[in-house]
Formats: sequence, structure tokens, C-alpha cells
Amino acid sequence: MTVTPVYLDNNATTRCDAEVVEAMLPYFTEQFGNPSSMHAFGASVGGAVKAARASLMKLLGAEFDHEIIFTSGGTESDNMAILSALEAMPGRDEIITSAVEHPAVLSLCAHLEKTRDVKVHVIPVDGRGLLDIAAYRAALSEKTAVVSIMWANNETGTIFPVAELAELAKEVGALFHTDAVQAVGKIPLDLKSTQIDMLSLSGHKLHGPKGTGALYVKRGTRFRSLFKGGHQERGRRAGTENTPGIVGLGKAAELALIHMEDEVTRVAALRDRLEKGILQRIPNCFVTGNPAERLPNTANIAFEYIEGEGILLLMNREGIAASSGSACTSGSLEPSHVLRAMNIPYTAAHGAIRFSFSRDNTDADVERVLEVMPPIIEKLRALSPFWKGANEAPATFNPVYA
Amino acid sequence: MWDYTDKVRDYFFNPVNAGVLETANAVGEVGAISCGDALKLMMKVDPETEIIEAAKFQTFGCGSAIASSSALTEIILGKTLDEALKITNQDIADFLGGLPPEKMHCSVMGYEALQAAVADYRGEVWSDDHEEGALVCKCFGVDEGMIERAVRSNKLTTPEAVTNFTKAGGGCLTCFERIEGVLAKVNEEMVGEGLLSFDEAYRIGSVDPRSLKQKAKPKAAVGSTPVETAATETRKPVISLDALEKAAAATVVVGSAAEAALQPAIGLPRYTTVQKIKLIEEALEEIRPVLKKDGGDCELIDVDGANVIVKLSGACVGCQMASMTINGVQEKIVAKLGIPVRVVPVK
Ligand SMILES: Cc1ncc(COP(=O)(O)O)c(C=O)c1O
Ligand code: FES
Repeated sequence: MTVTPVYLDNNATTRCDAEVVEAMLPYFTEQFGNPSSMHAFGASVGGAVKAARASLMKLLGAEFDHEIIFTSGGTESDNMAILSALEAMPGRDEIITSAVEHPAVLSLCAHLEKTRDVKVHVIPVDGRGLLDIAAYRAALSEKTAVVSIMWANNETGTIFPVAELAELAKEVGALFHTDAVQAVGKIPLDLKSTQIDMLSLSGHKLHGPKGTGALYVKRGTRFRSLFKGGHQERGRRAGTENTPGIVGLGKAAELALIHMEDEVTRVAALRDRLEKGILQRIPNCFVTGNPAERLPNTANIAFEYIEGEGILLLMNREGIAASSGSACTSGSLEPSHVLRAMNIPYTAAHGAIRFSFSRDNTDADVERVLEVMPPIIEKLRALSPFWKGANEAPATFNPVYA
Repeated sequence: MWDYTDKVRDYFFNPVNAGVLETANAVGEVGAISCGDALKLMMKVDPETEIIEAAKFQTFGCGSAIASSSALTEIILGKTLDEALKITNQDIADFLGGLPPEKMHCSVMGYEALQAAVADYRGEVWSDDHEEGALVCKCFGVDEGMIERAVRSNKLTTPEAVTNFTKAGGGCLTCFERIEGVLAKVNEEMVGEGLLSFDEAYRIGSVDPRSLKQKAKPKAAVGSTPVETAATETRKPVISLDALEKAAAATVVVGSAAEAALQPAIGLPRYTTVQKIKLIEEALEEIRPVLKKDGGDCELIDVDGANVIVKLSGACVGCQMASMTINGVQEKIVAKLGIPVRVVPVK
């Protein structure tokens, strides 16, 4: 029996849409010109870049097309935004961020704190992953150069009220950046009606090509380029444009807008059905994050008393792909910083599995997962020294810890 | 996804001896909170013969933790307690055909559970004395804790010495700055504790990693033994390369062969072959006492251009540190000659 693979790891990356690939292909071959060139080879490519910028602008609800700077992805955009703000906001040397950001933001902040004497305020979250707004207000001051708080969390899907957070930042004159890598393409955005100054997005999270992305920089926002060089992107991101990638990202943005309705209805329903089904069928598991304000595609379920890597290995044998907040899949020895920030006990955090859907998923995928999960969890629990039975307190087990 | 061997996969998918052993009279419970792994090893020991008659396990942990636990129960079955105590984490990893460097701690957990279970049987208290840390060197699977212990117990003060003792940094060298960071931190602590003088302590930036020689290539991560000594053992190299390094460093400040090789041969001393041989013999004579102390020797066989052919004998042969001995010898000879040479051992 060959099983059809079920891909439920779309927050990690998505399948590049066939239409995207098709749109890109000519820009590797006949449309090879440099958009900066004066001749016809360059001109037609320049037009394609412009069109891509326009479709991204539409997806984001940006007011002007020059607010879009093409980059190599989410990580570059995040670094660009924060480093630019520190340079462009003289007299301000503090950053505010949250405890659950992606490493593209958190590692950079830690690095800046260590090497540049920048003060970083890390705003904590509660058990459901909600931001401590009081702590955020208290951290804001005339010294804040930039706030960088994500739109939606990659592990739990929890959405932060970034529009309101941006307004608060504005009151003290700070710049507001949001890592919206997980939000763009999954929920409708309208940046022109917000005070958000900068926003990062990544192509491969919305069925576009890997190594592509953009930074939105609101008109009038102080900005310093990360790379020095040519005049590309109005001097804000030097280097000959990745034209096939940009065209692909533009196409992906166009398709994302077309599929938005599907994403927030059908895809959300698939996610809900999976979540409910698992909670019904399997004892001692719970949903992490904030189900009330969440991406439509993400479910993060913690299975108590077992460890995620084992779950993933057994799922993988059944052809199902998801990911885990467990330490052992990352090689870092640390369980997910997101779940730890939410104070999830480690016997549950290590067993957290993230199922992330996309428009490619179907009802049959959900059926399949619901069918295989109960025996997988049961098998691993039978091996666990903590497990005593459904809805029982954990076995008394007090290992000597290193 | 990890690059697990088929054997690891097999022991994970179809673990043997999983579950509770009702008749157990020796139980070891250990874990590593940072990693979230925990293991309960249950054994039934014959009081007369001290032979392990049955063993079962329960594990909270990743695929390789479960596989390591299951493998352990198979390895110890039929052994006496004293025999079982000799099993190292490396034995467990070897049994499984190797573990990825990031996963070696899973085998350490098995080793510890066994120690704890035996202690339990004998009415002793077992305490875990090792701390692991984040993986520093991926090529050789060396974590922070191992480097800290090596630096402390051997008073290491250079990144090269850390490489000689732990292998960390002996491959791609992308871990150099992390090694340097741990070394500087531990040295600073040691200065504070009066174990090291302020001048001896390593300071970040004092060694240029470009001057470090290309060391032995690591073996493939899986199916091999990335770490040659159990993480919990205190590392005691067969040949004290530290002493070699000191001897070399004392005579000359020249960089290593690799660095020299990269530079154009301008201003380098020129020797006739006879002069070369004489200087090499002198260099070997100076290292000999160090080698002899550890029961080995090194003999010059031939000089062929930049290749110096030597023969290791005695304890040096087949010793785990042989490649490092060669490096030490090479360093010494390069220091003596002031020109790049490569030391090639022959059997
Ligand atoms: C929230 C978030 N930010 C940033 C990134 C990094 O994006 P990229 O892979 O395009 O550099 C990711 C993807 O892993 C993400 O989920
Ligand atoms: S990671 Fe340490 S030598 Fe390669």
C-alpha cells in the first residue's frame, strides 16, 4: 500500500505554486536583462519587477509601491529593519521586542545588546501566549528606537494586536516594525490604515520561491540601508535584483489574495476539525496559544508525557509531515523558547506538535491524521516513565537531573 | 530529520524490553532537564551471581533516547554488575552503529541510568557529576561541558590545546570562536579562583584561527565514533600534547605548517638535506623525553622534499592520539626549521 503523503508543515515552508514557477521561468532564460540597463533587455524586466511590486502592495494594503523593498527573505528583512532603526534614530538606543519572536529578531537583539550596548526590553507573554501590555507600555520611552513585535507567531499561530501596539509606539516617537512572515498571505492586511512603519515578509511561506522576501517601509519612515552599493530599490537595498525571485514573489502575492477567502474559511475549518478530532480521541493533550486570536492554518497541540521527535518519526513513517517544539528536533537541547515563554511544563512542551495547513490540504488529510495519531501517541506513552493512564496524574518519577 | 542509522531506527520503531519490570531489584532514574530526556532503567539482578537476568526501560525522550535505552537493556543482559559498570556511552552508540553528534547525550543518559541502577542495587547513592551544555563543535560532537572540564582539569590556555584534548576545532574550524569563548570564560573563572595566573589566561583574539593547522578530518557523523572518550570520563590523553605544545611554543613564535605553506617561500631559510635531517633529529631528540614518558617513541625514516617520514613506535602506535602526536611532532619540527614541512607517519 502506498500512502499519499500529508504535508502539514506549511509554517516551515510551503510548496512553490506551479503558476509561480511558470511565471518565473522566462526570467531565467530569454528575460535575462538587468532592470537597470538602458536597453530593451532591461526595460521589459524592469516592467515585471514593477508589476510584482504592485501585487505585493495590494496584498499588504500599502499605499505606495515604493514602500516595498525586495530582499532575500524574512531574516534579511528583520535584520534590515532593526539595524536601520538603530542607525536612523539618533539618541535612542533601546529596542522592545517580545519573548516569542523568531530567532531572526531575538538573536539579533541579543547580539546588539552584547556588542553595541543597546538595551533590549523583552516583553513576556502569559500562558496563552498573550503579550503583557502593561509591561509593553512601561518599556516604551523616549529612548526607544524601535519596537519589533511579530504579527503572528510561527509556532502557535497566536496573533498580536500589532496595530494597537504600533499606535502606542508612535506616542513616544519610536519606530514600529513587525515580523509578519507568518501572517502575510494567511490573513487580510491593510497597512495604510495602521501606524506600522516596517513589516517583514518571506516568499516561501506563501507558496512563493525560497530566498525571496520584502520589507515594507512606510513612506516617510527614516531608513538606512543595510548593504551599500548600487542604487537598486532606490538605494535602499543595493545589489542587482533577483528578478526571477521577485517575479515569483509577485505571482505568489497575487495568488495569495485570490485564495485568501479559502484560507480563512475552508483551511480554518480543516484545522478546527483536526484539532477537535485529536482532543476527542486522545487523552491528556491540549491546544497551546490563543485559539481566539490565531492564524487560520495553525494548530499546536501538546501531548503530555511524551517527546515530540518520537511522534514526528512515527508520523513520518505514516507519510505525515508536521513539526515539533521539542528540543531534540532542533539540535539545540532547549525546548521551544516560545512554549517556555508561555510556561508550558516541560513534560508537555517537549511533546508539542505543530500542524500547519495551507490551501493545498484537503479533508482526506485530516481523516488520515486523525486515524494515525491515537495509536502513535499510545505507543509512545507505553514507553514513558511518566505515563500512568488516561486522565491520571503522572507516575511518581523523580529522575536525578544533570 | 536526523541522519539515524538503520539500527537506531529499528530500535526506535521496534524497541525491545520496553515497559515495567515488576520483579526489578535495581532501578536507575536519570534525566537531563535541559534536553527533557528522562530514563528509568529496571533490572533484575541475581543476588548470588550478580548477573543481570532481566532488564526493562521506560524513556521520555527522542528517537535516539528510546533506541539507546532499548539497546542498553540488550547489552547488559547476562552480564554481571561489574561487567556492566564497564560499559561506556560509546559502547551504546557503537552498538547502534553510531549516533549523530547532537545525540550523543542520549547514550550518556543510558550510561548514567546503568550507574544509577547498580548504585541502587548496592544501596549506594549515585549522583550525577557531569553537566552537558550546548553543542560547540559539530564535527566532533563536543559540547560546552566537555570543553570546560578539559580546560579545568588540564589547565588549558590555548584553543590548540583544547583541540588536542577534546578534538573540538579539529575539523572545519567554524566553531573556533565558540571554543575561544568557552576557554576565555573558564580561564577567567580559574584566575578568580587562584588556579591560574592572570598572565596565563587566554584572552579572546590572541590566537589567529588562520594560523591553526588542518587537523585530522572527522569521521562521518553517523556510523562512527565522533567522540572518542565517554563524556563522563575525565580525559587523560595518552601523550601529553600540552607539554609538547609548551616545548614548541617556548622555542619559536613561528606559526604552523599550514600557515607557512600559504605564504610565498620568500625569506624562508634554505637548508641542504643533510642540514635538514640534522635539525629534524634535534627536534625529535627534544620531544623524545615526552614521548618516552608515555611509553612511545618516534624515529626519523626519510626526508623527501617537504615530507618528513617518521615511524611511531611503542605506545604511540594505534593510540587514539596518534594523529595528534604527529601534529605535535610536526609543530616541533616546523618550529625548528622555520619552514613548512609535513610529517608523514609510516608503519
Ligand atoms: C516568524 C518568522 N520570521 C522570520 C522567518 C525567517 O524567514 P526566512 O526563512 O525567509 O529568512 C520565519 C521562517 O522561518 C518565521 O516564521
Ligand atoms: S565544528 Fe568544530 S571543527 Fe567543525
